[in-house]
Amino acid sequence: MSAGDGGGPPRISADPDRCLGAGQCARSAPDVFDQDDDGTVVVLRPDPPTETHDQIREAIYLCPSSAISFDAAE
Amino acid sequence: MINEETGAALDAPAFPQERTCPYEPPPGYAELRERGPLSKITLFDGRTAWVVTGHAEARSLLVDSRISADTQNPDFPFLSQARAATTRQRTIVTMDPPEHDVHRRMLIPSFTLRKINALRPTIERVVDELLDGITARRPPLDLVSEFAVPVPSMVICALLGVPYDDHEFFERQTRRIAISANDRTDAMAALGELFGYLDGLVKSKEEDPGDGLLDELIESQLRPGNLTREEIILTSIVLLLAGHENTANMIALGTVTLLRHPAELDALRADPELISGAVDELLRYTAVADTMSRVATADIEIAGHVIRAGDGVILPNAAINRDAAAFADPDRFDVRRSPVRHHNTFGYGVHQCLGQHLARLELEIVFSRLFERLPTLRLAVPVEELEIKPAGGAQGVFELPVTW
Repeated sequence: MSAGDGGGPPRISADPDRCLGAGQCARSAPDVFDQDDDGTVVVLRPDPPTETHDQIREAIYLCPSSAISFDAAE
Repeated sequence: MINEETGAALDAPAFPQERTCPYEPPPGYAELRERGPLSKITLFDGRTAWVVTGHAEARSLLVDSRISADTQNPDFPFLSQARAATTRQRTIVTMDPPEHDVHRRMLIPSFTLRKINALRPTIERVVDELLDGITARRPPLDLVSEFAVPVPSMVICALLGVPYDDHEFFERQTRRIAISANDRTDAMAALGELFGYLDGLVKSKEEDPGDGLLDELIESQLRPGNLTREEIILTSIVLLLAGHENTANMIALGTVTLLRHPAELDALRADPELISGAVDELLRYTAVADTMSRVATADIEIAGHVIRAGDGVILPNAAINRDAAAFADPDRFDVRRSPVRHHNTFGYGVHQCLGQHLARLELEIVFSRLFERLPTLRLAVPVEELEIKPAGGAQGVFELPVTW
């Protein structure tokens, strides 16, 4: 798993232009992701607590438009 | 070498294939899987196409920009003459990005997790009222016509703003489109009738607006000229069909699957918290939307093969969902399976089912309430006697006689 390897604590990034509102992330990790009124991904917690990391990895795997990622900070 | 019965090349079996058990993949899928994650099949018109049985390969292809859903591409692989005739129109189902994304974004706001969760009381009322009617009657009855079809039909009507009083008309047309395998004329006539009906509905809504999604689209997209009248009508047809046909099939096949796996049904009854995972396991296991079709627009190297530009690619979900590389002990039905949500029944990539949260919520409420209200529910005929819908369209049963 790359998330959390090296660098600082992992950070979430989301690309609203790629997002097609499937809502998988809000279902997998409801404390970390939400959808705005247009259905586009909203990151509630860019520095999410460790106990949500598995949910976040699931959200990334299930996202059908590869709109979210989880990277170790520089 | 040619198989004399099917006319198919021996190294490319005929496709689509009929199920022999309503909730299990056709027996021939085992042989397709033995040939590897990608192999060749022969379509009704004698063309060969790729068939994908590998989960990882399907995911990879469904997000590949060289894979197209455009049914107007002359190389697009159709599963039957009727499908070739009725799926040519440009809709969100058959558009590629970027055009697809513009149209999908017009609909997404109505299908977010929050918007759908707000429908829970409406869906619970629909389900409870239907079950009140059923429990007041004497068994047996047909669960398809009395429950599996009315639940999603009432819900999608409320969401779209289509009068439920017209349900017999559009359910009949949907059935004609969905099950006519080779009767192209009949399928086209049914589509024409639906088109005419929705054209009339849009006209009357323009004069006297209601509060459904269709009314919103008229106000926000038709009036400013973002969508044409024809586009609004085609979008409505797609939502109406997808909204009730697939969910109705899932309710019927889900019920059969649970009744045929009593230990799993007991586990679900003992722990209602399992319902969400159980619904996804039912979606994985029964794969009612069995087959998606695509066409390659450029050469693609995958799993030691080269898909050439112009090749057809067929993705049967009942095979993809049973790939042991993605699901341990894949032929076992297990309401506690975890993870399970990566099944392909809703598809993957930009076309992944827009209504998946709605479908899941309807199914969660349906299976919770159905077995609570009818604890002794059972099939009234042997499962072998259930008539299965023809291959190549949405999978399901025509009737489901039950007793209690």
